[in-house]
This record gives sequence, structure tokens and C-alpha cells, in this order.
Amino acid sequence: MTTTSTHTRDEHPPLAKEPGVSPHNRRPRRRRVREWLTAVLFTVPALALFGLLVLLPIMYALYVSFFNWGGFGAPSDFTGLGNFSRLLDDPVFLGDLWRGLLLVVLSLALQLPFALAMAVLLNQKLRGRAFYRMLFFAPYVLSEVITGILFGMIFAPDDGLADEVLGSIGLDALGGLWFAGQDTVLPTLFLVMMWKYFGFHMMLYLAGLQGIPAELHEAARIDGAGPWQRFRHVTLPLLGPTIRMSVFLSVIGAIQLFDLVWVVTQGGPDHHSETMAVTLFQFGFKRFQVGYASAISIAMFLISLVFALAYQRFVLRRDTEGALTNMRSAR
Amino acid sequence: MRAVERGAQTPSTIPALNRRGFLAATAAAGLGATALSACSDSGSGSTDSSGRTVVEWWNIQTTEPSKSLWPKRAKDFEAAHPDVRIKLVTLENDAYKAKMTALTSSGKLPDIYHTWGGGVLQQQIDAGLVEDLTASVKPWSGTLVPASRAPYEFDGKTYAVPFDIGAVGFWCNKALFKKAGIAAPPSTWADFLDTVQKVKDAGITPLALAGKEKWPGMYYWAYLSMRTAGVDGMQKAIDGKDFTGDPFVAAGRHLKDLVGLDPFQKGFLGAGYSTPNGEAATMGNGKAAMELMGQWAPVVQADAGKGIGDDLGFFPFPAVAGGSGAATDVFGGGGGYAVRKGAPDAAAEFLKFFMTAESDRILVTKGALMPVVKEARSALTDPNLKAVSDTLGKSTGFQLYLDQALPPAVGQEVNDSVAALIAGSKSPEQVTRSITQVAKSQ
Repeated sequence: MTTTSTHTRDEHPPLAKEPGVSPHNRRPRRRRVREWLTAVLFTVPALALFGLLVLLPIMYALYVSFFNWGGFGAPSDFTGLGNFSRLLDDPVFLGDLWRGLLLVVLSLALQLPFALAMAVLLNQKLRGRAFYRMLFFAPYVLSEVITGILFGMIFAPDDGLADEVLGSIGLDALGGLWFAGQDTVLPTLFLVMMWKYFGFHMMLYLAGLQGIPAELHEAARIDGAGPWQRFRHVTLPLLGPTIRMSVFLSVIGAIQLFDLVWVVTQGGPDHHSETMAVTLFQFGFKRFQVGYASAISIAMFLISLVFALAYQRFVLRRDTEGALTNMRSAR
Repeated sequence: MRAVERGAQTPSTIPALNRRGFLAATAAAGLGATALSACSDSGSGSTDSSGRTVVEWWNIQTTEPSKSLWPKRAKDFEAAHPDVRIKLVTLENDAYKAKMTALTSSGKLPDIYHTWGGGVLQQQIDAGLVEDLTASVKPWSGTLVPASRAPYEFDGKTYAVPFDIGAVGFWCNKALFKKAGIAAPPSTWADFLDTVQKVKDAGITPLALAGKEKWPGMYYWAYLSMRTAGVDGMQKAIDGKDFTGDPFVAAGRHLKDLVGLDPFQKGFLGAGYSTPNGEAATMGNGKAAMELMGQWAPVVQADAGKGIGDDLGFFPFPAVAGGSGAATDVFGGGGGYAVRKGAPDAAAEFLKFFMTAESDRILVTKGALMPVVKEARSALTDPNLKAVSDTLGKSTGFQLYLDQALPPAVGQEVNDSVAALIAGSKSPEQVTRSITQVAKSQ
């Protein structure tokens, strides 16, 4: 047990610590150099690509964010942190943060529980369950643009499908402006997001559910646990890693939401559905205030990064170390 | 022990693979470099293999009928000038704009290229990239509709030749007007508000508006500003980067009066322009009485909706009492061709050929464009386009679309602020302050 654990944690010790491998010092050292060389040769292309396509653009965006720059020629009008202080005064950007938070909360409170419920339901033996799984997953495969155009038509005020259907069953009062109303646009947008993405999370949960041994449920049943108790004390804890992963994906997805909003509302009416990415696009590619847009992108990057690191550190840590066996407490 | 053996094997085999990989990568890089050097020079203003002068003509006519008409006009010119070859480069609108941005910063423009005039052209002129056409155009510039030349004239000099011109005005549904008991189109803003109220009282949506796209809403504010401040006042504000003057606040108030009547279709804040439930469709399906739109409106109405045919009418934007602008001042824009500095003389020669009355008549009848040459106006048969053309012909002043006359950031801020005014979240004063603030920061 101890040997395997050290083996996974450190790559070299078996070579060095194994007693009596070689009395000579030269060969292992040459080997070690060769191993390093191999590692370097293998990682250099990936590192070069990562540096060129990920790190360099981030550094460049950071550099540009200190300038008032229109995208022509080289940036020259240095403004220091001017773009960032402007960001904190911009009601649209502050609104973006609030709306982002709202979408995250709604996703976690409504979308994920719904996806989990559907997953548990479709994990039962029931007729046509493969069909239902496919049906609920299908929206996720559909492109954002098509989804946007589709729901733009469905939620057209008065003569859209949604209002027609509601009208035909006498529920006109429930219909209304949908995307066109300042107060209704965000709930409507969330409805579409839920429709589009719950299938993805459902699939994640389904995969997680498959990994739970049937014996555990059986044992729980023999011990007299009812369906709710089995769900609460067997399914849910064992699904933990999957749920934590899906929460992570959901939050990052909400922070970076762009395509759907752009197609359906372009952030309107009057910024009431604008997200950080939409504001970034507006300033970068419509107004050509590239410096300010870069500042937005840096802010967005930092928010995602801080969240990702904190989440990794405090929530996902158990999973990456193997939550099932709970080795840390044993050690 | 086995793990140690495996570890010993790998290093000896891997470097060999990597050397091969490295070679392959080097070869690929080499190829890439050759490919790059091969396409580095596009070579304009040169001669072709048979010794003819090559003139590159960059245009954005990607749709019929002008798509096939343009090459024909080039062929006709070549027939009369055997020593010149016109090389067409046709790009889609957005691709063209992107390409021109890159070319402008590199300082190398095509021989003849499409321009909308205004701020972008001015930028190119300031960079010394555009040929001054004043001398070569002067002999025949009198044949052109004055408004069509306006976007390309700076400090009394001409930098481009127009080939299309349009104007914004109110398109109305005459059948719905009749139903609401409206005999004649309104000629003042007060009349207009009256008309809107009457139409609304008759149970008809007075105006269709694409609130999602923002620019159609901007037309109202821009036209009202032109009526209150005048074309000169507008130019002064653009040059001085200050829109806080009283006329601009008044324009916002007038627009607020209109918005207060709740004149737009249900859900207009989410409506697109040419989408199935958008502004043009609402108008084209006879569900609204009016829209404020450019000369392309009838085509889009029939495309997005059913089109209302003979019921469609056109009237100019009404006058505003007490304003310094005339009711005959026109808001619009078109297209023109500019010539790069140092282009072959044949370029200017071609533009002269392209804009004769005879040639323009062909563009009007076969290319569905608005006439730019005065004489060619008789070639227009559509009564509504004739009305637009007459408005342009009688114009006393001309204001180019604000998003082209202003730098992009300011143009977008105008759209955004006016949209906020219409949505009720900004006051007329706030609109002028926001626009001024962005203009000053440029």
C-alpha cells in the first residue's frame, strides 16, 4: 500500500531508492539526463503551443488593457489602470456581474436539481428510456445560434408559438413580452438555457449513477432503507464527484455565456440581458475600444480563474485525490 | 523491477522519433515560409502580360443584379479603352470592412475602392492615402444630385464619386391611414404626434420599430436633431465633440413625447429589423401604419413580410417648430468610389465613364440603384423610390448616417443612448451627456 502510494506521487524514487540497482553512479545519472531530455522533448511542442495560443494572448490582452487603444497601429495612449477604474464605474459592467450571479444561482438552484431528478428517473427500468435519454440530450447537441433563432420565434410576443399555445388553453395572462420585456428577458433566457443544458448535466449524472454498485442499494434495502433514504444516503454521496464537476461546468458556462444572448437579444432590451462576454464584444468589435474591451476580458479571466482555483482547492480536492476510498482520513 | 526496465528502454527509442519529428516540423515550417512569401505582394497599379494597365476595382456588390452588372460595365469600359484592364475584387460587406481596416493601417489601398464617405474616408484622407479628385471631377460634377456628393466632400475638395444614394423617411400604409381617417401625411412634428394618436385611437399600431437593433431608433433622434440644430449645427457638434447643446436636448424631448404615446408594436424592444417578426415584417404584413426607414424599406418589407404593394407611401420627416433645420434637409447615405493616391489615370477615367447619365440609367434600370446623375432620374419607375429621389433632389442639406459620420465608438453610443431613452432609462439630458463623454474620449 505504502509503496504504490509513493510510486504514484513521485516518479523517480523507485530508480534512486531501490537498493542495489547499480553501484556505479554514471549510468543512472546519464539515464536521468536522458529521461529529462525525453520529458522536455515531449512537452516542448505542447508548451510552445500553449504559450503561443493561450499565455501570449492573455499577456497581450493585459498589456493592451492599460491603453486607450482603437485597434489601429501600435497602442500609445497609456492610461494605467484607467480602464479598470472605468470598469468599476460602468453600470453596464456592474449589471453584468449581477446578472451573471443571478444566472449562476438559478442554474444551481433549479437546473441541476432538475437534471438530477431526470437522471434518477431515467435510470429506472422503464419503457423507452433510451429514447427519452436521447430526447433530453438532443437540445445540447443543437447549436446555440439555431437555439437562439428558434426561441426568438417561439417567444415572439403575441404571434409566437408560446403565446398561441398559452392563449389556446386560456392562459393568456401567463404569456407576454418574453425576450422583449425588461423584467421578463432574464427569466426567459434562463428558461432557454435550462432547456438547452439540463440534458448535458443529466447525461453526466446518468454516467455517475451507472458507476454506483447495485449491491449497495441492495444492502441498504435489506437494512430497511426506503427509496428516499437510499437516494439521500447512497446515491447522493456516491454521486458527489459528478455533482461537484457539473456545478463547476455550470458556473463557468454561466460566466462565459455569449452566443445565445447575442443571437436572441444582443444584450437588450436596454442591457437587461447583457453578460460580460456581450459587453466585451460590444466594446471590442462594435465600438473598437480595444483597450477597454481587453480590461473587461482580463476581469472576466480573473473571475473565472479565481473561481476555478478556489473550487479546485476547496471543493474538487477530495475528488482528485479519490473521494471514494477516503484515503486521507485513513492515513 | 519491471518498471525499472521499462524506464530504461524508453529514453533510447524516443530521441530517434523526435529527431524525425523535428525534421518533419522543420520541413513544414519551410513550406509555410515559402507559401507566405509567395502571397506577400498583391501588385496593384501594374501592367498585365499583354501590356495593359491593370486597375483594381474593389466593390461590395455581392448580390444580384449589380453582382453581374458590375463586370459588364468593366468589360464595356475595356472595349472603349483597349490599353486598360479593370480587375474586379468583390468582397462581402463585413469582410470588406475588415480588409480595408488592415489595408488602411498598412498604407496600401486598392486603385478604386468602395467608400461610404464620412469619418472613415476622412481618416484615409488624413493619412494621405486618397487621391484628390476635385480637378478631374469638376467638369461633370454638376450633373450629379448635390446630396449624393456631400459625404465625399471635405474642405471643398472631392475625394470620391457617388454611384448610389438613399434617404431615410417615413413609409406609411395608405390603407391604414384611410381607416384612421388621415387625409394627408403630417408636415410638422406636432401634426405627426396627432397622426400617431389618431391611428392608435383607430386600434392600429402606429409605428413599427426594431428596438433590438438600436439603429432604427437612432434615426428618430438624428432626424429630430437635424430639425432642431440644423445640418450645420450637427456638423459643429460632430467637429467640436459636444452634443450637450439645447437643440440636442430638445430633440430628445420631442422623441420622449412620441414614446409617451406608446406608439410602437407590442414587444418592439426585442424586435429585429428583417427577422420574421421584426420591424419590416410588421410593416410588410400590414400590422403597423408607419416606419422610419431608408430607401431599401419596400424590398425588405416584401422579403420579411408579404409586402403591401400599392398601399405603401412615402413622406419626408416632418419639420419641427422653432428648429433651425429645414424640412428639406435629408438624412441618408449611399455608396461611392474613391481612388488611391498614385493610382493610374485610367482609374479616374473609369469613374467618369461609370457615372455618365447613360451609364447611371443602366445602373438604375438594371441594377436597382437610386439615381445619382440628375438626368438619370427619369429612369426611375417605382413611385415610392421616385418620391425618395425627389426628396433628395430637392434637399437643402444632407447629413450622412451618424454611424458613418462619427467614429465607431461614438456612433454606437448614440445608438445605445437613444435606445435607453426609448426604453425609458435615460433622460434627454443624459443622452447628450453620454454621447459627448464618449466623443471627447476619442
